[in-house]
Amino acid sequence: MRLELREAPPIWLAGLAPVLAVGAALLLCAGLIVWTGESVLEAYALLVKGAVGSRFALAETLTRATPLILTGLAAAVAFRAKLWNIGGEGQLYMGALAATWLGTGALDLPPLLLIPVLLIAGALAGGSVLIVPALIKNKLKVDEVVTTLLLNFIILLFVNYLLEGPLKDPMSLGWPQAAPIVDEGLLPKILEKSRLHLGLIIALLAALAIWLVMRFTVWGFEIKAVGLNARGAAFAGINVNATIIRTALISGGLAGIAGVGEVIGLKGYLTLDLSPGFGYTGIAVAMLAQLHPIGVVVSAFFLAGIYVGADSMGRAVNIPTYLADVLVASSVLCVLVSVMLVRFRIRRG
Amino acid sequence: MSAVLRLEKITKRFGSLVANDGVSLSLARGEVLALLGENGAGKTTLMNILFGHYVADEGHVEVEGKALPPGAPHAAIAAGIGMVHQHFTLADNLTVLDNVVLGTESLWRPWQGRAAARSRLTSMSSEFGLTLDPDALVGDLSVGERQRVEILKALYRDARILIMDEPTAVLTPQEAESLFDTLRKLVERGLSIIFISHKLNEILAISDRVMVLRRGKIVHEMPTESADRHILAEAMVGRAVTRPKADPMEPGRPVLSMKDISLRPSAGGVALVNVNLEVRAHEVVGIAGVSGNGQVQLAELISGLSRPDSGTLTLFGETLEQPSPAKVVGLGVGRIPEDRHAEGVIGEMSIWENMISEDLRARPISNRGLIDHGAARARTEDQIARFDVRCPGPNAETRLLSGGNMQKLILARALSREPGLVLANQPARGLDEGAIAYVHGQLLAARERGAGVLLITEDLEELLALSDRVAVIYHGRLSASLDAKTVTPRELGLMMAGHDPNEDTSGTQGSENGGAAA
Amino acid sequence: MDILEILLTTGFWAATLRIATPLIFGTLGELICERAGVLNLGIEGIMTMGAMAGWMWVYQGGDLWGGLAFAAFIGMLFGLLHSSFTVYLGLSQHVTGIGITLLASSLSYFVFRMLLPDATTPPKIEPFQPYAIPILSDLPLLGPSVFTQTPMTYLALICVAVIWYGLYRTPVGLAVRMAGENPLAVEAQGIDVLAIRTGAVMVGSALMSVGGAFLTMSAFDAFYFGMVNGRGWICVALVIFASWRPGKALLGALLFAGIDALQVRVQQVSGAAIPYQFFLMAPYVLSILAMVIMARRAAYPKALLVPFRRGDRA
Repeated sequence: MRLELREAPPIWLAGLAPVLAVGAALLLCAGLIVWTGESVLEAYALLVKGAVGSRFALAETLTRATPLILTGLAAAVAFRAKLWNIGGEGQLYMGALAATWLGTGALDLPPLLLIPVLLIAGALAGGSVLIVPALIKNKLKVDEVVTTLLLNFIILLFVNYLLEGPLKDPMSLGWPQAAPIVDEGLLPKILEKSRLHLGLIIALLAALAIWLVMRFTVWGFEIKAVGLNARGAAFAGINVNATIIRTALISGGLAGIAGVGEVIGLKGYLTLDLSPGFGYTGIAVAMLAQLHPIGVVVSAFFLAGIYVGADSMGRAVNIPTYLADVLVASSVLCVLVSVMLVRFRIRRG
Repeated sequence: MSAVLRLEKITKRFGSLVANDGVSLSLARGEVLALLGENGAGKTTLMNILFGHYVADEGHVEVEGKALPPGAPHAAIAAGIGMVHQHFTLADNLTVLDNVVLGTESLWRPWQGRAAARSRLTSMSSEFGLTLDPDALVGDLSVGERQRVEILKALYRDARILIMDEPTAVLTPQEAESLFDTLRKLVERGLSIIFISHKLNEILAISDRVMVLRRGKIVHEMPTESADRHILAEAMVGRAVTRPKADPMEPGRPVLSMKDISLRPSAGGVALVNVNLEVRAHEVVGIAGVSGNGQVQLAELISGLSRPDSGTLTLFGETLEQPSPAKVVGLGVGRIPEDRHAEGVIGEMSIWENMISEDLRARPISNRGLIDHGAARARTEDQIARFDVRCPGPNAETRLLSGGNMQKLILARALSREPGLVLANQPARGLDEGAIAYVHGQLLAARERGAGVLLITEDLEELLALSDRVAVIYHGRLSASLDAKTVTPRELGLMMAGHDPNEDTSGTQGSENGGAAA
Repeated sequence: MDILEILLTTGFWAATLRIATPLIFGTLGELICERAGVLNLGIEGIMTMGAMAGWMWVYQGGDLWGGLAFAAFIGMLFGLLHSSFTVYLGLSQHVTGIGITLLASSLSYFVFRMLLPDATTPPKIEPFQPYAIPILSDLPLLGPSVFTQTPMTYLALICVAVIWYGLYRTPVGLAVRMAGENPLAVEAQGIDVLAIRTGAVMVGSALMSVGGAFLTMSAFDAFYFGMVNGRGWICVALVIFASWRPGKALLGALLFAGIDALQVRVQQVSGAAIPYQFFLMAPYVLSILAMVIMARRAAYPKALLVPFRRGDRA
């Protein structure tokens, strides 16, 4: 058995592949549900209902999708350049930290100024932590997967320290949390009686912006070229190192904005459980979207729906909510295979 | 004579391409069969089927009358087939002995019989005159020595049939002579050899019988004694293709000059030592050398990919202080890289994207960071037409182009802005005769127009046909240039092995050993 | 108490070996995969899976060695999954590895919750007990520390020797190393590259899984969420630090564990002068430093990350 490159993969197949892959993942996880003794159809129906079955459910899903769009974009942009940024989680917290630092009274500005300042500060904070692994990769050829991963642990401990020390809110009754963001710094809600906030619009605009950058700009061209063939890109005159650094800033910046959004849009203050792994899930979002910025929006909604739906399913029937994580992980692996099968055909001999 | 090997009606398709079309051949004991064909004719595919790297879509292989299971290199080896690949299949970080003994012992034996293997290897290498240190790292060997390792690998496994795929492509003429001596010795001992080449004189020198492969089919077969260059050349190409010739011209002002340039060695590479070189307008300067002697480093310098540690590089009278590919291109250098796929194009991007990649940040292709898709498309369509790139259209993926058309794309990108210096690194490698003639024609046209051309090639025939002057690079040192009209391939061969042709005419055998020690 | 005094306590040396053990297993496992040309970023998840699987086996009434074998077997299955993707389908080793880590860890938690839905405090098992090696354990300082460890620590040390021998002194080890340097050379000698790589990834993953199992079956006695806590990633860094050599991997793991054991003790001494979070950062910072320091000398297996497809020549 061997794989042969298809000369021109049919377009319908390329579009259908992720859908089939998710179907395969659902089927695989059905096995786990059978093992729990619950009815597969009922479980999935509960999951769907919990995700989109009511106005409240839908608003929760959209709220959950907001940071995932941004961390998904962060991973998608970086992976396009083959910059393996697995540090979205840490960058997210750095963004949240920057928003906390500037947004809890340090700046006295009207909302129209303060919110953009916080977003930019968060983006810079997120971007700057990815600069370090990017520089080490450029100069010393050290694999950035491991360095970005390890930085997540370091940053989380650092945030932990700040929340128990310098940034601890004296009013918090002993909980490790920071002082609340001033009212001028909070994002308005965009749907009554829900937690859905303006961050969703920001995330959607970010996706649109990234799509435009990738499609119409020199920067986007360079990011793609470096990712597909760095040697060829360098030969053609593209500054590979500069492109990597630029990509790192954009990618880390997007993850940083995700952190700002959670603090000033949803929670109102920084805690250690600000993110249940949005940075890591962003990688899955990007993979499901095959790194396409608009696809990221779709897959972020999808994965957010799975998580929100699984929570409510877990309350109703005896299935551990970790099913959502298993479903997401197996979707990622199935999509990898399906994309492969679009580009190649399997031949005997 | 009985056939030791038979191939019956082998057919192999890759997508829409038919690489082998009903090919049959047989090989007698002690025979040297030459398989002649231009690049892309299907020679290597056929041999890869024979060796089990590929599985044929139709047809079968028999060794000594027994069918060979398809797709199983271990079965081919067990049947006595040994293959010396064109691109050596050796691991550089391991020793000669490791490379030879791999696969000769049962994988699950909990120990290695290294002492026995070493003595067997040593005795074999002295028996066949293939001197080698079994404990040397392959990465430290010269190209000629690596080929010996490949041959010993096959002999160590008792090969009775030896397939040599373009074995002389990487050797100096003297090394090739010594290889032929080895092959004759092997034939005397009853081995049979299939010798794959596109070089007519070698085939006439070594083989007993010739088969000519064209577009996947056997088009001609004859005993070598009744063949001559003309018959073979025409059979190989199928029509009269004449490579263009250079008319004499008066050289103009210098476009490139390198003064005392040195470059420290990078990982796995050689150093450049005091390189001096001048290329003038209206002339082609050829650089000969066995691969791995500094050509890569030289080309990288001129391409703007690296910076000399000492010495000065001057382009069109301007000394290059902070080189970069973009700057070099901006000054007027057109570059044809050695490896089309790895450097020349980005295979998974479209043709238009590759066509404009060197002008990405310049008008009219882009303006304030925005790419003008209309301008890019217009330029691409124009160049596709001017350089006759056969493709489905500007949006097609570049990796799907044939080698010749990919090279035309690169020529279009490099030459259409009429550069004053053309760096052509192995510009005809892997191309068929038609494409070679096209590439050579374009290079000579650039020379005619007033460009200087620096041609780096391992093919002496190409070198002497195009160049006005030639220099030889050996261990990072560049010789003074010689008049291409008077220098002989033999002299060049000696220089490529590190000898001064004026004083030494014998010792071709020990040449690389001396070189490697230096 | 200064650092020298700490270095002379048996507690320090015992802790060093204990901290090093899972790292030795994990680093050796990753090393085998990478020597064959496959980066296995599934390590973090596979270690989690091993921790859960080995523990669960014992908790369900199996014996300790059986649990270890079960963990190894489960690790192999994930290795097989990894290699089906990266070796047979030639998919990105980075992305596949991360996918495997996501899958293996989420599956571990799912299974744990499934079998123990109501457990609020993690249930405990009777783990491996320290075994004092006769005579040697009577030595001063080293006796009660180095020679009074649990059997898994001894097993880790034996694995170093066995893997060194296997890689450098056996035909199959030569094939593994060659597959990581130039798979074409392996195929040209009639050996199935894909089988060699798959085998290496499976064996490597089994070792990673055993390393994870050490945490629940020897170092601690229960399974916690997030208990692997980046140890897998640290192993990936240690492989680079070790220049892909088993002996140096052992050295690296011990050095690393020694510094970790030291920081815990210095922390106790220093009181609250330095916040404890900075001590906890030490292993991760050290790993990054180790990679940076060794970067210039790193001699990567040449075919690492490069998929091999038969027939994909030239």
